[in-house]
Amino acid sequence: MTDTMTAPPRELPPGTRPVTVRKSGHARRLTRNLLVALLVAVEVTPLLWLLLSSFKTQSEFVNDPAWSLPGKWDFHNYADAWTTGHVALYVRNSLLATVPSLALIIVLGTAAGFALEVMVWRGRHQVLLVFLLGIMVPSQMILLPLFRVYFQSGLSGTMWPLIITYTAVGLPLTVFMMATYFRAVPREMFEAATLDGAGMLTAFWRIGFPVVRNAVFTVALVQFFFIWNDLLVSLTFTTNDDLRTVQVGLLNFTGQYGETAFGPLFAAISINVVGALVLYLLINQRIIKGLTAGAVKG
Amino acid sequence: MRSVLGDRRAIAVLLGPALLVYTLVMLVPMGWSLGYTFFKGNVIEGFTFGGLGNFEKLWHDPQAHSALWFTFKYALAVSAGQILCGYLLALLYVFVLRRSSAVVRTLVFFPVILPTVAVALMFQKLFAVAPQNGLANVAIEGLGLHHGDWFASAGGSFVVLVVMDVWRSMGFYGVLIFAGLLDIPDETLESARLDGATGWRLIRHIVLPLSAPVLLSSVVFSINGTLKVFDSVLALTNGGPGSGTTPLTLYMFRTAFSYGDYGYGSTIASLLTVVCLGVTLVVFRFSRRDLTKG
Repeated sequence: MTDTMTAPPRELPPGTRPVTVRKSGHARRLTRNLLVALLVAVEVTPLLWLLLSSFKTQSEFVNDPAWSLPGKWDFHNYADAWTTGHVALYVRNSLLATVPSLALIIVLGTAAGFALEVMVWRGRHQVLLVFLLGIMVPSQMILLPLFRVYFQSGLSGTMWPLIITYTAVGLPLTVFMMATYFRAVPREMFEAATLDGAGMLTAFWRIGFPVVRNAVFTVALVQFFFIWNDLLVSLTFTTNDDLRTVQVGLLNFTGQYGETAFGPLFAAISINVVGALVLYLLINQRIIKGLTAGAVKG
Repeated sequence: MRSVLGDRRAIAVLLGPALLVYTLVMLVPMGWSLGYTFFKGNVIEGFTFGGLGNFEKLWHDPQAHSALWFTFKYALAVSAGQILCGYLLALLYVFVLRRSSAVVRTLVFFPVILPTVAVALMFQKLFAVAPQNGLANVAIEGLGLHHGDWFASAGGSFVVLVVMDVWRSMGFYGVLIFAGLLDIPDETLESARLDGATGWRLIRHIVLPLSAPVLLSSVVFSINGTLKVFDSVLALTNGGPGSGTTPLTLYMFRTAFSYGDYGYGSTIASLLTVVCLGVTLVVFRFSRRDLTKG
């Protein structure tokens, strides 16, 4: 990652913006490299420190300064966190809540976005506005009635309260974004399909959904991180310890070990950070591209 | 053609499920919550009608006032930090790093996707004083500055909270604003340069005005997110010391679930909703932009 600092400056391809100050090229390069170095330090140092610390023993945490390196490298803390600290269970629970919600959000949200943008009927703008309202209203507003209903219907103690709530909370933004994406798709595509005798439902599945599949990917990513990183909903509806998701589990982590078991705690945080990093390295181009295409240009 | 695009059965099949879920799980509970504001009590003890009692209580409740004040203070500080740092990052990407900015963009974006609780626990340790000074404290002392226990005072906790949330999210705003800056045509920048506008003047008179739309999106995103802050506060300071860093969201959560007062909890949630809607509308009105036009 740091090779940008040492790599020779690239030749600017033709058509890029002209360099304004040509005479002070060296000073410019120096400033640039300093800026980047500072930025990298601010972003990377805390995470690197976290990873290194996760290998320390308890006595190293208590006796050595924070910047010292671990004496030896073993994965003892990780084994502790994964099993005794139940991180494996939390990850499983998070997956059980996230995957079904995500599937529902995508299918329902894309279909609704299609109906609201491509199809023509009276009142669709009003319905879109009603969905838009849901983006701004804080989740706190729906917690108590839902808590009561889930409790009385016996759904508490299962993953359903999480799945149902995540789906509903994720829908407004998804519907809104999908409607925006469909706005850019030429109507002729659907008209041509219907001329060939397909109904609108077929046109949606065969043409509408595939045409916006990049957008679907982006929305799925946004919603994935939203659900995976949620604390409010999971904290409210996981009344049972066995149902704790990653975030709730981490929050209660110190409690299980007492305040002083730093090693497993650092390891548990690191597992989350490294997991996110792996996922991120696989998909980061998609996230950033999708984000820029969807959020700004619409 | 219109009849096909207006096929009612297809509309019902496509829109129906989403609208049903949205209505049952969001719209109905919203109304239901509003109903709770007129009652005292909870599911276990039962409800008694309290008229406007909850609103009166809210009006005189010093803790609600401090929570509201904290919410505003936090939203303002973090939004300003996010957008300022994001804008500086975007300028760095576009004007300084140019084509080679992809690696830096990727790097700075990474914290955005980290679980908030993990980041908060990490910052707790970075700014800890016991059993050893955390890394951030070591760095601060290295600069010759003095610090106490950050989490012992509301002010110190607030600073760490703002630093953490800006650190976490500036990459997101960097990329968002970066995309907006890319939309500014090269010809415009070039002709401004030919007219003698460089550096700060170019940014002040050309880049800033032309990036108004993306700045507006950023402000709306940022304000909406920060007014609803919950995870990072709960995980970093748990609202403390005392209730020094308790926003409305956390105060509502405590009132409803720790003290079992659904009615008052809903009243606080309603206040938060009004604040969120009000601020968003003010931002949009200020910019005279149509909400439905992305």
